[in-house]
Amino acid sequence: MAIKTLSPRAQASRSTVALKALMAVSGLIMVTYLLIHMYGNLKFFQGQERFDSYLEGLRNILYPYLPHGGALWILRVVLLGAVIAHAYSAVALWRRARTASARQGAKRYHSNQNRRGVQRSYASFTLRWGGIIILAFIVFHILHFTAGVLHPGGDTDSKYQAMVNSFSIWYVTLAYVVAILAVGFHLRHGLWSAFATLGANTSTKRRRNLNIFATVLAVVIAGGFLVPPLSIAIFGYGS
Amino acid sequence: MKINLRVWRQKNPEIDGKMVDYQLDDVSEDMSFLEMLDVLNESLSVSGEEPVAFDHDCREGICGSCGVVINGIAHGPEVTTTCQLHMRSFADGDTIDVEPWRSGSFPVVKDLVVDRSSFDRIIQAGGYVSAPTGTAPDAHATPVPKKDADHAFDAATCIGCGACVAACPNGSAMLFTAAKITHLGLLPQGQPERDSRVIGMVDQHDAEGFGGCTQIGECTAACPKGIPLHTISRLNKDLLGALARGEG
Ligand code: HEM
Ligand code: SF4
Ligand code: FES
Repeated sequence: MAIKTLSPRAQASRSTVALKALMAVSGLIMVTYLLIHMYGNLKFFQGQERFDSYLEGLRNILYPYLPHGGALWILRVVLLGAVIAHAYSAVALWRRARTASARQGAKRYHSNQNRRGVQRSYASFTLRWGGIIILAFIVFHILHFTAGVLHPGGDTDSKYQAMVNSFSIWYVTLAYVVAILAVGFHLRHGLWSAFATLGANTSTKRRRNLNIFATVLAVVIAGGFLVPPLSIAIFGYGS
Repeated sequence: MKINLRVWRQKNPEIDGKMVDYQLDDVSEDMSFLEMLDVLNESLSVSGEEPVAFDHDCREGICGSCGVVINGIAHGPEVTTTCQLHMRSFADGDTIDVEPWRSGSFPVVKDLVVDRSSFDRIIQAGGYVSAPTGTAPDAHATPVPKKDADHAFDAATCIGCGACVAACPNGSAMLFTAAKITHLGLLPQGQPERDSRVIGMVDQHDAEGFGGCTQIGECTAACPKGIPLHTISRLNKDLLGALARGEG
């Protein structure tokens, strides 16, 4: 094992705890982005002109100090770094957990009783597969709205119109709803876990409060993302 | 009461085991779980079969040597050690599944007995204070705030049973490791080695092959001593702090 040749400190900086901290920090960067993104999406309700000019305005942040779209590209690099760090640590910890639990995680016991453990939540045991669903969604989502490679319901230069066109198709809305719910569950456990990993869980009471905070934020983010597509799909908003 | 047992039987570490059915017709609900296994073993011995191997010593919930997974839960349905669990926690006619702790780092020795020496090596990697011994100092020579003393004592009640590992979906031993980090880290005597302790113990925890903590909390729910989950947050903070300080 090559790892034995590292100094204790170097080894500790690659430990499960350090990996988990990397996951927490990269996750929190993405959550911050998600909050802003969700808030921005709600501008959809200000109408086509204002929504589209808001999105155009994002390209002019710090212009002329940065070139047109410069701020957005900085953001993209940061987010890509966060996704890579997050996925890297997730995969490394997942592999370790499988080895440590005789390859079967929580299903390593023969007993069919108490399969779901004593208190662990749905959100906590869907974290890993949920993360993969989210990753697949992000690729699809970028091809859809950012790159415009996919344009269900008709091609258009207006992102407002693209949203209306897309979410008038039931299966596009369904795909988004599934992905947003997956994000909601991911954040429900992930946020709590990130805070605890970074040392914020200092008492039994704090544990409860951090969990409440994580639940509220997860509901706010998922709820906020759900409103525009559902308004279009169900109430025909914007058409 | 009548009990249907399904017990993990495994001759030695090399060969795979399997669940074997047994029936006990005359179990008293005042028996402890281990006494029930004693009754099973007596009848197995009488009929010339190999008795079920299981670990136990004090049988009063303080040594940490007993411990099996009962119906998929480490130490069974009550929050206590297996030796302190009584048959009244079960109903007449129940089927009870009994398995050893399962973890890549706790190899099965025989039947329900696992090798937990990985825990000893984690302690050896820093779970102590290097202090000159001699006559005991006066109790008030080093004042410790009451709150810290209480929390340190709570953490010190860990008996090293390994239920936390058995219960953890990731096979992590963080609760065990964090209990010792918290115990010593809260006391003045633990301060000089605080950074090297957390680095050494986390390194050993990982080297033993235990998984990482994802803050799920099954460990603390299974822990017979109620070691709280926030000890792990404290360990994380200590480790990140030690790495930032660049010492140890
Ligand atoms: C919408 C974007 C995402 C956000 C906001 C997000 C946020 C988070 C946060 C804050 C955590 C908690 C970190 C911790 O446990 O300390 C987490 C955990 C996790 N994330 Fe994400 N995540 C996102 C996308 C992804 C993706 C694309 C993957 C796929 C590789 C992924 C996989 C995971 C896994 C596997 C865990 C848990 C690992 C574990 O604790 O065992 N996440 N996520
Ligand atoms: S933390 Fe609790 S469950 Fe884990 S070894 Fe100590 S006493 Fe047993
Ligand atoms: S036999 Fe000692 S704790 Fe159970």
